[in-house]
Order: sequence, then C-alpha cells, then structure tokens
Amino acid sequence: MRKVIMGNHAVSYGVRACDVKVLSAYPITPQTQVVELLSEMCASGEIDAKFIKVESEHSAMTACVGASAAGVRAFTATSAQGLLLMHEVLHWAVGARLPIVLANINRAVGPPWSIWTDQNDSLSQRDVGWLQIYCESNQETQDTIVQAFKIAETVKLPVMLVLDAFFLSHTFEIVDILEAKDVRKFLPPYVAETKIDVDDPHSFGNLGSPSEYFELRYMIQKAMEEARDVVKDVDIEFKEHFGRGYGVVHPYRCDGADVILVTSGTVASTTRAVIDEMRDEGIKIGSLKIRLFRPFPVEEVYEVLSKAKKVAVIDRNISFGHHGIFFQEIKSALYGRTDVPIFGYITGLGGRDVTPKVIREIADRAVSDEKQERDINWIGVKV
Amino acid sequence: MFDYLRYIRERNFPHIWCSGCGDGIVLKALIRAVDKLGISRDEMVMVSGIGCSSRTPGYVDINTLHTTHGRAIPFATGVKLANPKLHVIVVTGDGDATAIGGNHYIHAARRNIDLTVLLYNNYIYGMTGGQVSPTTPRGKRASTAPFGNQEPAFNISDLAEAAGASFVARGDVYHAQKLEKLIVKAVQKKGFSVVEILSPCPTAYGRRNRMAHPVKMMEWLRDQTVPVAKWERLSPEEREGKVRTGIIVDVDKVEYTETNDKLIESLKADK
Repeated sequence: MRKVIMGNHAVSYGVRACDVKVLSAYPITPQTQVVELLSEMCASGEIDAKFIKVESEHSAMTACVGASAAGVRAFTATSAQGLLLMHEVLHWAVGARLPIVLANINRAVGPPWSIWTDQNDSLSQRDVGWLQIYCESNQETQDTIVQAFKIAETVKLPVMLVLDAFFLSHTFEIVDILEAKDVRKFLPPYVAETKIDVDDPHSFGNLGSPSEYFELRYMIQKAMEEARDVVKDVDIEFKEHFGRGYGVVHPYRCDGADVILVTSGTVASTTRAVIDEMRDEGIKIGSLKIRLFRPFPVEEVYEVLSKAKKVAVIDRNISFGHHGIFFQEIKSALYGRTDVPIFGYITGLGGRDVTPKVIREIADRAVSDEKQERDINWIGVKV
Repeated sequence: MFDYLRYIRERNFPHIWCSGCGDGIVLKALIRAVDKLGISRDEMVMVSGIGCSSRTPGYVDINTLHTTHGRAIPFATGVKLANPKLHVIVVTGDGDATAIGGNHYIHAARRNIDLTVLLYNNYIYGMTGGQVSPTTPRGKRASTAPFGNQEPAFNISDLAEAAGASFVARGDVYHAQKLEKLIVKAVQKKGFSVVEILSPCPTAYGRRNRMAHPVKMMEWLRDQTVPVAKWERLSPEEREGKVRTGIIVDVDKVEYTETNDKLIESLKADK
C-alpha cells in the first residue's frame, strides 16, 4: 500500500510493522505526530502494544529500558532538550546492552529557544554508545526503523534514528507502507537472550568492580565494530525482501569527481540537485551522504573520498572550540591514509535554510580554493 | 482606562496564543496586579518554563527568564537565593509544573521558599498539540488519549497544600477581577504561594471535548467554579464536577531564605 504521509508518520508506520510491545513518550515539538499516531494505533488495537504516557523524557527512556530488560521491543521518540534530558538513561541502555530504538527529530538546542533543525542534539550524544543513522526521505525513515530493530537485536546495542525537523518530519512524501506480516519474515518476533525472568532470576545493573567494568566497556566497542558489518548486511537483506536499500554511505556522481561534498540528512537531496547542475556545466563534482554515523563507516568513506582531489564537508552542527563534527570525523577517518585536503563548512544552524544557492556557494568555494586556510568556513552567517 | 502597554514588550507582539485562549486574560490580570502592588519593576523577576503559559514573561517589560521544561522553579530558587530582596514570580503550566517539573513543585512548597507560582491549568499540553497532562480529567480526550484519558488527575492546589505551601488559591479567567486580587495577595505573601489559574484551551482541549467554541469554554469555567465560602455549604453530591475557587490556604510559616540567612548569621556570630 502506498500512502502520502509526513516524515513523523513514516516513523510511526515503521514501528507499527515491528511487533513493538512498549511505547513510551513525552510531548515535544517537532516529534509530536510520531507518538500521537502510535498512541492511536495502540488504543484502537491496530498494534498490540502498551503506550505509557510518562512525565518526562527521562522517564520515557527509563520505561523503555525497563520494557527492553523485560524482553520485549521498546520504542520512543524525542527531540533536542528531550534527548538531552534522556542522556543519563541513554548511557544506561548501552551498558545494559538493550536493543531499544529511538527516533530523534533533529532540533536546535536552546537558549535561545528554537524548534527548527540542526544536528547538535543528536551529535552531542555521539559518545554514549548508541548507533546513529541519519535519514533523508520518508521511505528511508520507515524502512530504517525496521532495519534498526534487526541491527539493535543482532549487536545488542540501542539504535538512534535521526531526521531533520520540519524539512523531513513535516514533509509529506509517498511511502510504500510496510505491513507487519511481511516484515515478520525479515524481522522475526524478538526473543531476548537475557531478560528479567522470575523463572530464571539474575541481577541486573549491579555494581561492576574495576576487575569487571573495563571488559564490559571493551565488549561494547567490539559490538560497535561488529555493527559496521551488521548494518550493511541488514540493509542488503532488507533489499532482498523489499527491493529497497540505502547503504551506510551514499556516493553520488563521485566517479572521476575532483571535488566531493560530504553531506547528511535532507541537505543530501538538495546537494544532489546542485551536483547535477554543476556536472551539466562540466564541473567534475560529486557528493557523499553519510547515513551511518555511529559506528563511523571509515572504510566506505575512505574508499570514496581518497579518489578525490578535494573534500568539502557540510556541517549543520558545531563542536564549539573545535570544528564541524562531520568534518572532524572525516578528517579522523582519512588521517595518515591520504593527503586529500578537507574543507569544513558550517551552515544552517537553528533551521536556517540550506538552499541550492547556499550549497552552490560552498561548492564554488571548494572548487576554487587551492589550499585550506581555515578548518571552519561559516556560510551565511550575518556578523 | 488602564494603560497595559506600559508593561508590554511590544516588539514581541503579536503573541502566540490562539483565539479563545485564556492566557491573555491572565496576562492582563497579572499586569494590573503588578501595577497595584506598586513594586518597582527592577525588583521583580518573572521566571517561566516551557509551554503556552511560559511565553508570558516574553511579553512583559520586567526582568524575565524563560527556562527549560519543568525547571522554572529551580531557576527561580537560584534567583531568590542569590538576591532574596527580589520578588520572584514563576509562570508555569500544568504540564510544566506537575509533570516534568512535579518534583520541584512539591519540594519548593515543602521548603516554603518565598516564590509566587502562577500555575495556568488548561488540562492539556497545549503548545505541543493537546497531549494528555497530569490534570486532564479522567475520560476526557487528548491527542495521546484519543478514546479518553484512563488516568486519574492531579488536584494542583491540594498538592501544594499537602506539600506545605503557605498560600494556595485558585482563580479562573472568567472571574478576571477576582483573579487579579488573588495574584496581589500571593505576591504579598511571605512564603511559597501558588495561584492555580483555570484557563481555557479551546484549540487543544475544547475541540476534543465538545467545547470547541471559546464562549462554551468560558461558560464551562463559570459553571464549574464555586467560591470557597459557598463550597463549604455544599454536600459531597453537590460538589461533584465542581471546583472551589478563592483562597484555599493562607497560613504563616517559617520561610526558607529567612532561615537560611539566620543560620549563616548565627554561624558568623559563633566565630
């Protein structure tokens, strides 16, 4: 069945197909419609799940931790301040190795208050141990939810799905809706390896002494490394079932490209339009969308970018006192393996529109600039 | 004719409130109360959290602080302790103060710190689109309770009383003159004071609960509210579906910043 739905509802439809048993959420713009539709589906019996209306995002993630520890699929959605309030429990989900899935609608962090998009909320959760996947279209969003549960349950780590506020969350697109009966063949009912079980009692979340804690952290990193292949394999398997795949990165017209623009989220689609325009003008340029951010797809990034003469990274975020965050990641991934110059561009913070004109400006500068004068180039800032 | 504009930051207008919202009536009552109190605006601070009611400080020309969801009371506590001479007014809503910030609400009341909390109760999360809140009555519909809320509701005023507030009152925007008087008394009170303000949200609450027309919501406020004096004479059956308005608690208790200062002074004297 094909339907015209908003990005937030694409999240809901993805969850609808996954036999999720517990949903828990607190209201925050712009994720609102994700849980509104899900609460309706729960109440009407369209999905066999319990919806917990909690008193804060901290409680929302905590309820997911409880549900997941009890051995069922759990899901929540949030944005910005809500994600930041969850921070403590995000760590907990990782340490407890719980395959929770969360959709974060990228929203700028206050003050000043903003409801518009940028990536600093999710990127400031970079080091907690959640996988992060950045989506670009409503179809990809719905499909990635289904993939996310499979990935999470395989590597026993939680997965965060990320989409841009309004530019994706409130944009309506045609989506081929997944049905639970079809998804079940790809994602069988969840059977937790360890869970809170009265017939087989264990202690959860106990004190980890210095003789044990270190190894548990090592195992989380090993699971993250394993996840690099798992994300790829799950995507390939998904394609076999449903005919759609997305890769961990998406190179576009990179063959023979001198300059490659690195993007993420909805900026990726706008960038491809600019690439087409410049290719028509005979400029050798391409783009690379980063879909998987954690674990970082180092090899895939290297494979594409090492063939370019220049790399330009577009960041809708900033690590204050350093650089754009994708810029840092790209630089670190290529370090010591190639001397291709990397240019960093910061734009679109707090929902400032990243138009084809803005991307063209970045592309033109990347084409003409010979050497890197600075690591941060601010595009469109009025100072 | 009262000149409201003297207290308004016109550059922040037009306001965000929907047609039929009660928050503008509270704003006017609040401005009249501030004027009547005669306190210098430099000695007054208004602190809010997140939600429709929390936009109020942005519109008034005094010292204001618009903070994170649920945390207006801790921010205000910091302000008050840093400078106890300030009159600190917290503007918050049912979701802000009794869900995500519920813990702060009861602990500030327990501590009896000299803050005035204007708690707008519209029975719903208005700003985010009508999700069920801790005050949504059982059976009423919300966007996250499309077939009716299954959970019992908080009584905000009773909660403050039980937690130890020294002044608790309930007003509503239908009785705007009375509301103004309650705000004046609350600010004058030394100690933790709360005015629960029933304010209609036709957009997010009324539309889902057969009161889409703002006038209908105002009539509902008029008909369900009973002044405390009359409330005392009602039988339990007659109280069904009604709420009492007016001053519910007004007692003198030890106030937190004073005891805190006294302790510091006594320790200094010991040295």
